[in-house]
Amino acid sequence: MDARSKMILGRLAQAIPVVMGVVVISFLLTRALPGDPAAYFAGPAADEASIAEVREALGLDKPLFQQFFLYVGDLLRGDLGTSLTTGQTVMADLAARLPASLELTLVALLLSCAIAIPLGVLAATRPGTWVDHLCRVLVTAGVSMPTFFTGIVLIYVFYYLAGLAPSPLGRLDFIYLSPPHVSGFYLVDAALAGDWETWLGALKQLILPAATLALFTLAPIARMTRAAMLSALSSDFIRTARAAGLGRGKVLYGYAFRNALLPVLTTLGMVFSFTLGANVLVEKVFAWPGIGSYAVEALVVSDYAAVQGFVLAMALLFVALNLIIDIAYALIDPRIGLN
Amino acid sequence: MVDMTTSQPKRKGDTTFGHIAYVLRDNPVTMLAFAMLAFFLGCAFFGPALVPYDPLATNAARALEAPGWDHWFGTDNLGRDVFSRVIVATRLDLTISVAAVALSFVLGSVLGSIAGYWGGWLDAVLNRFLDTIMAFPLFVLAMGVVAALGNTVENIIYATAIINIPFYARLVRAEVNIRRNAGFAQAAKLAGNSDLRVLAVHIFPNALPPMMVQVSLNLGWAILNAAGLSFIGLGVRPPTPEWGIMVAEGANFIVSGEWWLAVFPGLWLMLAVFTFNLVGDGLRDMVDPRKRT
Amino acid sequence: MTDTSRRTFLKLTGGTVGAAMLPFLKAMPAQAQSSGRIVVVSGQTINSLDLHRTGTNRASYQVAVNCYDRLVSFGTKDAPGGGLSYDYNVIEPELAESWTISDDGLTMTFKIKPDATFWDGRKVTAADVKWSFDRAVSAGGFPTVQMKAGGLLRPDQFEAVDDETFVITLDQPSKLTLPDLAVPVPFIINAEVAKANATADDPWAMEYLHTTPAGSGAFKVVRWDQGQQLVYERNDAWVGGPLPSFEQVIVREVPSPATRRALVERGDVQMSFNIPNKDAAELDAMEGVDVYSTPIENCIHCLCPNFNFEPFQDANVRKALAYAIPYEAIFQTAAYGRGAPMWGGEADIKDIAWPRKSPYMTDMAKAREHMAASGFASGFEVPLSISLGLADWMEPTALLMQEAFAEIGIKTEIEKIPGANWRSAALVEKRLPLHLENFGGWLNTPDYYFFWAYKHGHLFNSSNYLNEEVEQLVDSTLHIPMDDPAYAPNIKRMFEIAFEDLPRIPLWQPALNVAMNGATGYEFWFHRQLDVRPLTTATA
Repeated sequence: MDARSKMILGRLAQAIPVVMGVVVISFLLTRALPGDPAAYFAGPAADEASIAEVREALGLDKPLFQQFFLYVGDLLRGDLGTSLTTGQTVMADLAARLPASLELTLVALLLSCAIAIPLGVLAATRPGTWVDHLCRVLVTAGVSMPTFFTGIVLIYVFYYLAGLAPSPLGRLDFIYLSPPHVSGFYLVDAALAGDWETWLGALKQLILPAATLALFTLAPIARMTRAAMLSALSSDFIRTARAAGLGRGKVLYGYAFRNALLPVLTTLGMVFSFTLGANVLVEKVFAWPGIGSYAVEALVVSDYAAVQGFVLAMALLFVALNLIIDIAYALIDPRIGLN
Repeated sequence: MVDMTTSQPKRKGDTTFGHIAYVLRDNPVTMLAFAMLAFFLGCAFFGPALVPYDPLATNAARALEAPGWDHWFGTDNLGRDVFSRVIVATRLDLTISVAAVALSFVLGSVLGSIAGYWGGWLDAVLNRFLDTIMAFPLFVLAMGVVAALGNTVENIIYATAIINIPFYARLVRAEVNIRRNAGFAQAAKLAGNSDLRVLAVHIFPNALPPMMVQVSLNLGWAILNAAGLSFIGLGVRPPTPEWGIMVAEGANFIVSGEWWLAVFPGLWLMLAVFTFNLVGDGLRDMVDPRKRT
Repeated sequence: MTDTSRRTFLKLTGGTVGAAMLPFLKAMPAQAQSSGRIVVVSGQTINSLDLHRTGTNRASYQVAVNCYDRLVSFGTKDAPGGGLSYDYNVIEPELAESWTISDDGLTMTFKIKPDATFWDGRKVTAADVKWSFDRAVSAGGFPTVQMKAGGLLRPDQFEAVDDETFVITLDQPSKLTLPDLAVPVPFIINAEVAKANATADDPWAMEYLHTTPAGSGAFKVVRWDQGQQLVYERNDAWVGGPLPSFEQVIVREVPSPATRRALVERGDVQMSFNIPNKDAAELDAMEGVDVYSTPIENCIHCLCPNFNFEPFQDANVRKALAYAIPYEAIFQTAAYGRGAPMWGGEADIKDIAWPRKSPYMTDMAKAREHMAASGFASGFEVPLSISLGLADWMEPTALLMQEAFAEIGIKTEIEKIPGANWRSAALVEKRLPLHLENFGGWLNTPDYYFFWAYKHGHLFNSSNYLNEEVEQLVDSTLHIPMDDPAYAPNIKRMFEIAFEDLPRIPLWQPALNVAMNGATGYEFWFHRQLDVRPLTTATA
């Protein structure tokens, strides 16, 4: 156990330079963005003097290294600054928007798993047959579709033509008001409040964007499931189980699948953090008030604080997720962390 | 390649070529993928010479015409022929992805080899650096790079290359690391070869097969990435035809019924990525059937 | 309280959704949906509820219009493109009951409506007006600049004589002062509420009013989800004008123009504000959807050749450009015929109408002649810059120009510049050699347009144009009344010089397009933002 906690501490220590690197790079990257936020935010009829005033108010008149130290100082105090586009503190923006992105990503992954894992198992039990090839073509087609294109086509077909989907207006149609804030996940909050009408409304809004993202994430999950199942099925303990005369279903789901789950879970972690970052385009298409669309808007107008805050939040999430995966591995697999 | 194929049980024909032929016959999907790849390469090389219209020539009198015999894919809002634009765009889109992937391949290989071979603090520093890049939301990093450097084709290539470097560097590092003390490497060193030579000539080639697979899969991803950048307005300059920009601009016309503006470039984009992904799969089959997923 | 009982209760209250009810309400009752409420979609995002704050964007000005009152407002007239428009020539009372201007034009005395109250029920006093005006001239940035345009510079110009009497003292008389009081900037804030929430660092309560408006206007903000929606609710005690017909107005932000179009076309929303020209042209032809396309007063889409770039110092090159532009094709493809053409006018300037057609039209023979006569007969290369944010009209325009200019030997490369960079590159640093521009003046006089767009060093003179005569003409004309004998000759002379020198080549006067499905009463404003007050339900 001691060795394990040492390993966990070691991983934590490794995360520190990464976070520091992200802070430095995101600072330099935003400062390298073209344009003058002061001129942009001074408004349509501002003159030289008023632009200078805005620049001073934003602290952009100071030398770069001084700006950096001020930024780091604020960070250490937990202050991410104020976004100029939204006029709110970046912290408040992220707190309001991160749950929207997380909810979308999680629902998309659930949907994706519900399709991809059975597909992967199916392919693994019939390797080399037309079923296998079809599975492969299907999931590859999914990952080949640009998400923004899929989204637009889905809206056109299911909302505009068929009228089946609700209007793509973000998280809730305007006939509903958002449920009382507990977790920020509308599905959870509405369920907690017992308001099933709003819950259904939120779910309806989720379906199209989640389906768009799910299509894109089918491939890695299905492929990993197939590979893990194949290696599990060809391993000695399955042969033994089969030789012992255990039923086909028992062998497949009781032994092989359980053993294949670990690599699938790891892939899920990777896919999750990748998808959260790749949400950007889907959020834009569906007017989803998540952090991806927030980052795009901020980047286009050189809103330094917002871009930095977003990058930092995503990086912390990524680092935390990896840590959790590593630790989970260490806890599950006795071979890791003891030597 | 040779190293990998000889390690496999001999089936029909024991040459590399024979193996490829075997895999292709065994897997019709891969065969189809290679045929499609040939088609896209053909479009890239000969497309601009063969298309029926100048992809840049506007014709306001024939704007927004539906697909027909004159214009197979219809015309856009400026009366340009969508078919010609889609075909001509192949070259640019493939160039972007190939150049970006080549760049990340080279840089990733150099960084990964150094870290894997010499190890120590170099390895530690490089690992933290790669972690840092990986910790960025990659698409937003690419956006930031293009926004900062300006939206030109070169900068899109650089941005796409940067976000791909970690994948190659990691792969090479791992492959080099497990082989640096292998018998053949020791022997080469004892024979008087310099470290650099051992690394470049003896160890690195072993990392090539898995990297080729990564390259092919990455090509598809690079196209999607460039198209995504175009979609949010950070892509190539107008009037240059490019699939992502065409989808982005066409998207606004779908609701008014002019679906062909977005659908055809979107389909082409999808087919190209699809092709690269299937080719990547196929290559993996040839390199190592056991790793097939 | 269960969900059902809450809804029954609402039915009992007769569909009047009070502000206090909202936080407890999850789904709107059905009857409120058919009457008292309108949903508007817009592509722009509101980033502050306080116009005076640094960084407040244009879309946010609607809050100043709908939630606050000014002393005066503009009248209403029928708009050329259908619907209503504000009337620059008529000034009407809003919070002021009456006003007098001294004979020397230096002292303006306003009487405030005695029954005007803020949302908290307190009476609106002259002290509130003074505090609000002090804030506008002290805040810096855009509000201060706009106040300056009307000769309002310092707090000591404003005086609250008694509760209902407010006096402005001017340094020089100006025809722009009274109209400048009707623009969104000098809105009147509940000073007591603001001061109670001010701090030593923030004497003007910028942080508080940023999220919590405190006014006397026709609507209150009951909900603001930044980046998603703004919900207005009617103030039944409003005295600034006729009581609005809708009790509740929801403004939803939908970035994708295609989605906005689908929403209004299907009738899921009643209004889509500022729609692209193409959608306007097509929706107009549809049953059930009303489209209003109002030419924006005092606004022209222009091509600007920069005088700092050597070839454009040659008058022949500028004229060659003006003759080479395929005006009609651009107007049809980029504007879908919405707005007013600004080419092919008469060379002889007889009146002072503005915007007016330039004497140029597409004539490649003349364009070649001018190129041949210029010092750059063999042509040259130049980037043609457009803004990413305005790409919907700039990009097709630039593409068509690129083709035409290539024919006269001017090779252009189209450069798309992102939002933040556009302002600084085009307007502040003025370093774009050839670019598209679309300045529109809030105060509707030609001299005001020339002040911003033709005077050297001024923000919208992105061509770095300098002409001593124009400088002197603008200075001497800007503040004199329009019936002054010198006014018309001065303006005509400005037009002559502008069309001869061509620092800005006019293309067309754009239109602001609004689509409505199930609502009516839209009124166009020079600030190009949504005024929700006059909207009503369409009666079939």
